[in-house]
Amino acid sequence: MAVNIRNLPDQELFYGHKACPGCGGAIVARLALKVLGERTCVVLPASCISSVTTIYPQMSFFVNSLTSSFPASAAVLSGMAAACKAQGLEDVTVMGLAGDGGTIDIGLQALSGAVERGDNFLYICYDNEAYMNTGIQRSGLTPYGAWTTTTPTNNNAVGETKFKKNLFEIMMAHRIPYCATASVAYPNDLLNKIAKAKEIKGPKVLHVQAPCPTGWGHGSEKTVEIGKLAVQTGLWYLAEYENGKVTLNYKPKEFKPVKEYFTKQRRFCHLTEEDFRVIEEHRDNEWKILENFLRKDE
Amino acid sequence: MSSAKTNKRFLSGDEAVAFAVKLSRPDVIAAYPITPQTVIVEKISEFVAAKEIDCQFLHVESEHSAMAASMGASLMGSRAFTATSSQGLLYMCEMLHYVSGSRYPIVMVNANRTVAAPWNIFGDHRDSLSQRDSGWIQIYVENPQEALDVTIQAFKIAENPQVSLPVMVNLDGFVITHTYELVEIPDQETVDKFLPPYQTTNKLDFDNPKSLSFTASPEWQTEFRYQQYEAMEAAKKIINQVDEEYGKIFGRSYGGLVQEYRCDDADYVLVAMGSVAGTTRLVVDKLRAEGKKVGLVKLRSYRPFPKEYFQDLGKKVKAVGVIDRDISFGYEGAVYTEVKAALFQPGSQVKTLNFIAGLSGRDITKENLTEMFTKLEAIDKGEKEDEVQFIGLRWA
Repeated sequence: MAVNIRNLPDQELFYGHKACPGCGGAIVARLALKVLGERTCVVLPASCISSVTTIYPQMSFFVNSLTSSFPASAAVLSGMAAACKAQGLEDVTVMGLAGDGGTIDIGLQALSGAVERGDNFLYICYDNEAYMNTGIQRSGLTPYGAWTTTTPTNNNAVGETKFKKNLFEIMMAHRIPYCATASVAYPNDLLNKIAKAKEIKGPKVLHVQAPCPTGWGHGSEKTVEIGKLAVQTGLWYLAEYENGKVTLNYKPKEFKPVKEYFTKQRRFCHLTEEDFRVIEEHRDNEWKILENFLRKDE
Repeated sequence: MSSAKTNKRFLSGDEAVAFAVKLSRPDVIAAYPITPQTVIVEKISEFVAAKEIDCQFLHVESEHSAMAASMGASLMGSRAFTATSSQGLLYMCEMLHYVSGSRYPIVMVNANRTVAAPWNIFGDHRDSLSQRDSGWIQIYVENPQEALDVTIQAFKIAENPQVSLPVMVNLDGFVITHTYELVEIPDQETVDKFLPPYQTTNKLDFDNPKSLSFTASPEWQTEFRYQQYEAMEAAKKIINQVDEEYGKIFGRSYGGLVQEYRCDDADYVLVAMGSVAGTTRLVVDKLRAEGKKVGLVKLRSYRPFPKEYFQDLGKKVKAVGVIDRDISFGYEGAVYTEVKAALFQPGSQVKTLNFIAGLSGRDITKENLTEMFTKLEAIDKGEKEDEVQFIGLRWA
């Protein structure tokens, strides 16, 4: 049976945390545990989520949890998965919950190794598009044009000058059993991807866009609205890769103008029409690459 | 008297470690190859492929991940082993602190090798000594037999509930790792009795969920550090006890924290770690035959450091020389600093010299060691010597 908001369990396994109001990352944690249940271990590298949840003696996870070092979440997951195998523990989920920097920058080597080994774990990257915990510094997943404290803006500087790395494609290149992109603004899609990942043996990686009111500069009540706009403008897509096949889970009939997305966030308030054009061109190119994958599978 | 059934094999230090690991039945092994540790990983891989060892073997992509995966296994309550060397040890340095601070009793063998630059694969102690404050127990062994025995002991020390700390077993690159000697391999049944399966409450628990390796604010950090301090102090006793018990069962023990050789009435003593202890014994015997009152202190445990032993030694001998296969730039050899600080108690008249020797695989010869004893006698007789001496320096 498909998971949806109505048949989710009432039981909360993540509460009492100190995250900012409207935190996309906290939504990911809460929803993931509703699907995965009590027999889950959560591994958190240095990130917003670890620093707002597991501060002795106040713990916000009501499942087993662990803080791992910044670069090593996936390797810790490997060791845990190996121990589960050694102990014959088959009904547990070993899950990593890491930010964008902890995944795509400092954590990428360990993730690549763990995926290549085929270890049995679920890895969720909640992507708030910068090092938010340390005070909004750019990461390899910060989008083009974004202001951060290390990509400041002025008359000469657009902010971030590079586009996001594509974690989904990096994982596909590993021929991973399952990987997907998702968004906190599309909870049904997200929940079903987590439910599917739970049943698959081997490495599973989800890349979930998680808006950050503090770092992106929008109201805490706008997290879902902003997340939806990212998808509706085609700047973020919802897709999955399973058994070597790519599926697009949601296709906007036509993209909304990117301007609608950008003008609602302070981090983009300096962007010009010329910047929008550059970004749209990049977006269209990304979709061409994606459609190529989709066509190949037809 | 040993009651154990044994068999003798011609083994290198690395191979001896692999046999010890097999006998210790770890649940998970995660390792990355680096010279001169590689033979350990290769030999264990052979055991795994032949199903002679029942464990999960992870081919990790780096040493950082080797230690991280070992931590992942340990926090699930599994026995974990890894091995590394030199740059690899430095690469996993961050994880060493995670593991010790979270009190996971992982055992790691470090094949001592110098640290680049200048790059070199040969042995000295600059790798492990640089990790002094990582919270790991560090034991240095002298030969392949001791490497095997101490690797088995290390699990028992680490997993003792009073200790619950990781242990690093250090063996000199090439001189021990790649040198073949006749090694006695204990039988599995006896090792199983000595080292029962790992039991712990310091693991994730599905009936009673926990957070491990968590964040501790300034309100609590000191208390966690105090517990680590206490555990290291307790380890002094446990290292001695485990060594003694091992000796009773297997017929070999090594003195625990330190092992003395002809020190009872000695005036001049050399302190050494690792393989050079063997050569030093020969020199002690030769000088003793000439009527010199010399002795050797083999320092086995660098952390915890046997402070009390050296405090006592400082009252008994006239001069102490410390051989350092390392140098802490800006001061002196790292072992010397520790030994000297413990030797000098109020009223102590002991004189000391630091011999920097055996850097990156350079041999420490009998002549070098004889020269060291001669210098100790000289300072005792009032002659002036530089306190820190580089032995065998080309342009001395």
